[in-house]
Amino acid sequence: MTALASSSASRKPISFAFLAQVILIANSFIMLYPVVVMVLSAFKSTGEIFEHPFALPNFTQVGNFAKVLGETSMPTYFMNSIIVTGASIILILVLGTMAGYAVARYESRTNTFILLFFLAGLMLPLKLAVIPLFILLRDLNLLDSRWSLIVTYTAIGLPSAVFIMAGFLRSLPSELEDAARIDGASEPRIMWSVMLPLARPPMAIAAIQNAVPIWNDFFFPLVFIQTDAYKTLPQGLTTFMGEYTTDWGMLFAGLTIAAAPITLLYIALSRQFIQGMTAGAVK
Amino acid sequence: MANVSIRDVRKSFGTVSIIKGVDVDIQDGEFVILVGPSGCGKSTLLRMIAGLEDISGGDIRIGSRVVNDVPPKDRDIAMVFQSYALYPHMTVAENMEFSLKLKGVPAAEQKKRVAEAASSLGLTPLLDRYPRQLSGGQRQRVAMGRAIVRDPQVFLFDEPLSNLDAKLRVQMRAEIKELHQRLKTTTIYVTHDQIEAMTMADKIVVMHDGIVEQIGAPLELYDRPANRFVAGFIGSPAMNFIEGRFGPEGIVLPSGAVLPLDIKPQLNLGAEITYGIRPEHLQIAPAGTPGSIPATVSVIEPTGSDTTLIVKAEGGNLTVVLRERCALKPGEAVALKPVAHQAHLFDEQGKRIATA
Repeated sequence: MTALASSSASRKPISFAFLAQVILIANSFIMLYPVVVMVLSAFKSTGEIFEHPFALPNFTQVGNFAKVLGETSMPTYFMNSIIVTGASIILILVLGTMAGYAVARYESRTNTFILLFFLAGLMLPLKLAVIPLFILLRDLNLLDSRWSLIVTYTAIGLPSAVFIMAGFLRSLPSELEDAARIDGASEPRIMWSVMLPLARPPMAIAAIQNAVPIWNDFFFPLVFIQTDAYKTLPQGLTTFMGEYTTDWGMLFAGLTIAAAPITLLYIALSRQFIQGMTAGAVK
Repeated sequence: MANVSIRDVRKSFGTVSIIKGVDVDIQDGEFVILVGPSGCGKSTLLRMIAGLEDISGGDIRIGSRVVNDVPPKDRDIAMVFQSYALYPHMTVAENMEFSLKLKGVPAAEQKKRVAEAASSLGLTPLLDRYPRQLSGGQRQRVAMGRAIVRDPQVFLFDEPLSNLDAKLRVQMRAEIKELHQRLKTTTIYVTHDQIEAMTMADKIVVMHDGIVEQIGAPLELYDRPANRFVAGFIGSPAMNFIEGRFGPEGIVLPSGAVLPLDIKPQLNLGAEITYGIRPEHLQIAPAGTPGSIPATVSVIEPTGSDTTLIVKAEGGNLTVVLRERCALKPGEAVALKPVAHQAHLFDEQGKRIATA
């Protein structure tokens, strides 16, 4: 009797969960399909790609990768992307955390204004300002250098980083700082030894949600960079598309290499990322 | 160890005055409790002693040094917070070592002092755990350990027991007192719980609305409260207050009942007066006894060791505590006879009337 009652009561949630699973599986299939095709095609020649687009390739055939790494400027592009993304993220995290800490903790009349100023940066699409930006960078003699990208990306990324960090740091109990102050810690030491270790989840969020668009950005390198030695991956990969013929196998190999680091970074930080996204949701 | 002297200390936030001139002298090795209702300024005063709040006026001395402008780390104090404020990303040992590390104490000495403090608090098996893996009482002990390893001149406690359940609170109360008797370090302790104050303190400072109402030993405050506020705040259940007028035979209540006094206060006949009597100093007498207050039993609360009665009398409810078991029923009429020499008298301003 009780078993019957409980099974009829739980039947509805199970069927709902089942439906949700079906939708989620279908969704992940749609999401993963282009990625899988990209990786599979990287091991095929152009001919094979068009003949058997869905066939499993011979994974020992790494000619495309060898060609991309050996015969093109791919390694240079890759290094440029690493340098530009890495430097931008470091600057965003360092400056964003410091600004967020100041906004969150030091009481001052200008605090709200400063936070609103940063928030205004969130509303403003910097791509619209590309012409004045171009003129500014030209006057600063930064055009056609990696610095042009680093300063632009840092400026774009800072508002959201300050917003995330200020919100999180404000939620930490101020008694922790008081305790550290009494224990004899200086202000920089409090930030470094007490606040930063606790702020890892929001820093992971700020890092990932800035790193992905910076790594993938095509627009600013296209506008600012002419010299091949300073090109980043998305821009560099377009040189693989010839005017008359394109080596699709090589292009997909390049894309696979380009997508790998950011995917690995995401996997590495995803635990912290999810932790940070749901922090405070459940006590 | 050091004495602490607080001279005419004031604090205001903007135009709002939180502490309005407080004077307290704390002797070397004394256990002093600041007690008062929430918002009375006791925690603010403690934070000013710690150096976490600026001082708007007056002087605070620790030892012979005025510390008004000395940063917290140079005041040689240690503080235990209400939320414990343990660093969540450090183990128990690291939490306790942190201040020593910042002071540049050699590593071997750090280990030694942490081990000593840990063993005295029973924390030795927990040294490698993180605060989130500890129970409330253990966290409380780590917070105390963090204070002890520094061997400070003054311990400051900011409502350290209010996050614990009732049973643990009683146990930690005894531990803190025992710790103080062992270390003999000057201790300033803030609480809103007058039972904590009564049981632990050498000296209690009762605060209300930013001023000190009375300073004294626990039983001194209980037996001779300086004013109506202290009388009502110290003691549980609280003292009963009955409004009346001073007459030739004692206190005349509005209904005409007369409560006899065995003292001769310097008062004009007919002066308005508040008669205070503690619940344990009211005795149950047969209805109609002269010199008693007629009342009706409203609620009976047996606790096992004693019985609390709430009775309805003229002018409101009165509380009576009986040591013996009681056979009364709600609704029954009784007479309450106060123990005359235990009465407290307060004038219209609430000040204690000298009864000599």
